[in-house]
Amino acid sequence: MSHDSHEHVSNLGRIWKVFGILSVITTVEVALGIVKPDALHMHTLLGMNLLNWIFIILTIVKAYYIVWAFMHMEGEKASLRWSVVATVIFLILYLIFILLVEGDYIYGVFANSTIKWNF
Amino acid sequence: MDATVTHGSETKVWGGGNEPMGASYGKLMMWFFIVSDALTFSGFLAAYGFSRFKFIETWPLPDEVFTHFPFLHGQNLPMYYVALMTFILIFSSVTMVLAVDAGHQMKQRKVAFYMLLTIIGGLIFVGSQAWEWKNFIKGEYGAVETKGGSLLQFVKEGPDHKIERVKLEDFVVQLPEERQELTRSRGMWFMKEQETLPTYSVAEVQAAFKAHPELLVRTERIYQGTKEDVANTKLQAGVNKVKHKEVLTREASLEMVGNAHMVVEGANLWRNEYGSKLFADFFFFITGFHGFHVFSGVIINIIIFLNVLLGTYEKRRSYEMVEKVGLYWHFVDLVWVFVFTFFYLV
Repeated sequence: MSHDSHEHVSNLGRIWKVFGILSVITTVEVALGIVKPDALHMHTLLGMNLLNWIFIILTIVKAYYIVWAFMHMEGEKASLRWSVVATVIFLILYLIFILLVEGDYIYGVFANSTIKWNF
Repeated sequence: MDATVTHGSETKVWGGGNEPMGASYGKLMMWFFIVSDALTFSGFLAAYGFSRFKFIETWPLPDEVFTHFPFLHGQNLPMYYVALMTFILIFSSVTMVLAVDAGHQMKQRKVAFYMLLTIIGGLIFVGSQAWEWKNFIKGEYGAVETKGGSLLQFVKEGPDHKIERVKLEDFVVQLPEERQELTRSRGMWFMKEQETLPTYSVAEVQAAFKAHPELLVRTERIYQGTKEDVANTKLQAGVNKVKHKEVLTREASLEMVGNAHMVVEGANLWRNEYGSKLFADFFFFITGFHGFHVFSGVIINIIIFLNVLLGTYEKRRSYEMVEKVGLYWHFVDLVWVFVFTFFYLV
């Protein structure tokens, strides 16, 4: 449900809770990035290793909290919320899909043709 | 959706009708800006992903590049500093929401105080980024580039087959030879150098490499551990690890160093000692563009901070301006969360 964004209720508890969540997630990310446990780093799921999956999912969780709590998206009307979020998510997924597939293809051309880098 | 008939206050009506989507004009325009800016940053990061996928086997490993921490010289501390920068930015986001929250309660002094904290956090972040750039540009180990454009770094085998990086300055000696940087008075009229001369010449590095039998070359390529990799006799036995850069045998190293044509120290837009030439370009563009946003944010925050002190919003009976710059500031934080992941972690 959308609230009136002009109501004068203090959100202090929520703010500090979100800060706690963001800090914990960042700490976990950095710890994993430094340790790079083999169990995660060496195993691949859908073309990407598990460690990177964890990083990307945690990043999206962080983005969710920043947009929803700090930018107060949860208090906006659903129409505003989704015209911003859905547009951005769709365009970004589209862009990433095209560019990464193309990049991978060019890697294949370099790797399998007579073009050599190693001299 | 709301009914189309407007009752009461004129302030809630835009030029031509009701508030679309229940947001004031300024706030909705800030959202427009944020959406377009988000797509700009996505374009940069997706281009980074494109280049990385294109050179997936030779891309530099970020935890080998960013290893510095202030006042702790010569220690290998991957990512601690960026983690600290991330915390500073998240915390300045928190003080920004606290300012917005105080604004809802019309507490002028509290808004001013939290705005001030936000500005300080932003300045610390920009300063940290400048320091990070300084280290990146200066470099630490140095490398040579071959005629084919690939990059060679120098290592030696430590105890337990552990590979240790070796700095150029630790083994190369300057030989007495004539090397003259071209200036306007010395030949620049008809010849031009793109960069300043590195500390050592190629000949000096090659001679020093021959004189130190313990030294090996590490290439840009990441060891995959495939059958071909295991059978490759050019790779030093017993030291190559999966998802680490390949280390060559002494013979192969000597051959590669013989192909060197340029000494690379630090980073610029043409080449860098960390690996792929594009890596430094993306680093400068993406963190630079983000740093520029933080800097603009600090300036805008200062303007709003002064307005809060002057009582502008107190007279207006609304602190919505603080909310609008708050949106921008959180957006800058949001972008950093993604830059942090894709530049330093993944």
